[in-house]
Amino acid sequence: MAILITPQTKIIVQGITGDFGGRHAKLSLDYGTQVVAGVTPGKGGQFFEYGAHKVPIYNSVADAAKATGATVSVIFVPPPFAADAILECVDAGLDLAVAITEGIPIKDMIRVKRAMTGAKTRLVGPNCPGIVTPGTGKDSFGGCRIGIAPGYIHKKGHVGVVSRSGTLTYEAVFQLTSKNIGQTTCVGIGGDPVNGTNHLDVIKLFNADPETHGIILIGEIGGNAEVEAARWIKANCKKPVAGFIAGATAPAGRRMGHAGAIVGGAEDTAAAKIAVFKECGIEVAATPSDMADALLRAAKAKGVTLT
Amino acid sequence: MNIHEYQAKALFEKFGVAVPKGTTATNPEAFVTALAALPEGPTMVKSQIHAGGRGKGTFTNGFKGGVKFCKTKADALVMAGNMLGQTLVTAQTGPAGRKVQTIYFTVASDIKKEYYLAILLDRATSRPVIVASTEGGMDIETVAHDTPEKLFKVLIDPAYGIADFQIRDLITKLGLAGAEAKNAAKLIRNLYTMFWETDAAMVEVNPLITTPTGEVLALDAKVSFDSNALYRHPEIVALRDLNEEDPKEIEASKYSLSYIALDGNIACLVNGAGLAMSTMDIIQHFGGTPANFLDVGGGASKDQVIAAFKIILGDPNVKGILVNIFGGIMDCNVIATGIVEAVKEVGLKLPLVVRLEGNNVVAGKATLAASGLALVSGDTMADAAQKIVKLVA
Repeated sequence: MAILITPQTKIIVQGITGDFGGRHAKLSLDYGTQVVAGVTPGKGGQFFEYGAHKVPIYNSVADAAKATGATVSVIFVPPPFAADAILECVDAGLDLAVAITEGIPIKDMIRVKRAMTGAKTRLVGPNCPGIVTPGTGKDSFGGCRIGIAPGYIHKKGHVGVVSRSGTLTYEAVFQLTSKNIGQTTCVGIGGDPVNGTNHLDVIKLFNADPETHGIILIGEIGGNAEVEAARWIKANCKKPVAGFIAGATAPAGRRMGHAGAIVGGAEDTAAAKIAVFKECGIEVAATPSDMADALLRAAKAKGVTLT
Repeated sequence: MNIHEYQAKALFEKFGVAVPKGTTATNPEAFVTALAALPEGPTMVKSQIHAGGRGKGTFTNGFKGGVKFCKTKADALVMAGNMLGQTLVTAQTGPAGRKVQTIYFTVASDIKKEYYLAILLDRATSRPVIVASTEGGMDIETVAHDTPEKLFKVLIDPAYGIADFQIRDLITKLGLAGAEAKNAAKLIRNLYTMFWETDAAMVEVNPLITTPTGEVLALDAKVSFDSNALYRHPEIVALRDLNEEDPKEIEASKYSLSYIALDGNIACLVNGAGLAMSTMDIIQHFGGTPANFLDVGGGASKDQVIAAFKIILGDPNVKGILVNIFGGIMDCNVIATGIVEAVKEVGLKLPLVVRLEGNNVVAGKATLAASGLALVSGDTMADAAQKIVKLVA
């Protein structure tokens, strides 16, 4: 079992008629993902046509879910409308909403998160690369690709990857696949200060997943989500975990690309987080080139086989 | 986005947050007119730059103090002349300092006691938090570290907004009563409204003061806004002061590049914020110093790469460049072609190490090799970082 999504998961794409959403819907279809519906208000009844695929478009998420049985939606709508798009998934009772959109106002996300209290829908993102559960075909074809990650770099296997950053996730996945180590699921939780699913939520899912034998936890400066996850790992997780924190050289008070990547105090620097990782038994990657090797070291120390 | 103290105080007044009366001047001829709007008596003269630590700062001409108390308006007139047009260096400006282009004159208030008040995002709960302390006028991180019992926090439920009982609770903890309590309650409620309505990222009042007559005033004001929300606040965008920003960062933003200048000599050009941060880190790990953070985004078009090279080369400290691209969806050969064209267009003479990985990387590397350019190829991030550090040393 992978976590969150499987190759059978049926997906809705909100914003499928936009450039960005359309391009990535095509790439997901190429990967073999079950993209079963698109949502664009006012374009219900039309179709998103690509090769042999003819994906029906609906006016609302509720209509799309009801007609297709989809349980997950991926959001590509522009920032001013993204909060609304997330709440529409909650209203439709979906299991999971994955918000790719970058640049949603923080206040909108504060309100969305409050409104989601107690709801059954899980949010991943926003400002995230999405989620990939690799498939069994060539270049991991046949998997479930939600979002903007390159599918072909993956390989089906036993390592879980969780990260705030897209390109750093790809870097880790690429290193793993190059060493013939596959992944169960790779989750990008996004670089915003207010997001849905956090590091700890994903770590708990990986810990409970019998197919996941090892975990790579990639974090960055700002906030204390990585520290919270590390402390839980120390107390509860027996699987080997490797960690990396980006931003050791970032100056305090400057926003480093991601809205959430900003050093506010002594507690959220890279050095402070790395110290907590070490204290919690997480094998720290000295450089981003060392992420897969760090996990191999951690696995060897625990006598765990990753392949 | 940051704004000046005088702009923040104008916003405060608009939302009913009491501040000492003040006026501004941007040239010496305007000093007299500006001062005429204030009553005779003790006056503060405040240099307006975005960086903090102004009071303890030093001007490059040797004059000390970017914020001064003057007994009379006549003294204030002379004092303003010492500051305007001069470059102020504070703990937060870096050695280059910032040129003072606006002087803010305010009535010097009688201070009974100083407090601290701020509103910001609490990331752990995803809610706004009000932070207050009886230790005003001090560095709040020091207070949090040394005397955490003097720091009070109230989380606000965004579905309801600030509740009266929460304000009463804060005021009691700050030890305020009578007219002070009544005025503080009004100030806290209005400050929260301003924070929420303007999409502020942080509002900090340090110090907040009480006066012998029971007034409660924001003596200083530091406000920043969520850049993601500026599209719905043209009135706040109008407050942006480009003089306070690095020209290279302004140029970068025109091309949707995220650029931040740093002190080192190895420039980096990377796609993705996380990868860009860790590229800086790995340069330092192998003994070099990064000159900048530069994220060209997930796409990285040819025009963006050319603009990025020009911006990087505008920094005279740069002695070498490291390009680190993980072409996930993007074709590495398209990126390689962009790099070759950019290098030819800008006539690069500095050492350049390129690390390409991902989609169609073999063709990309072939394009780089066939270009005839004197660039060095790196296989992994570690390999590329070690090569550029060696070339620059």
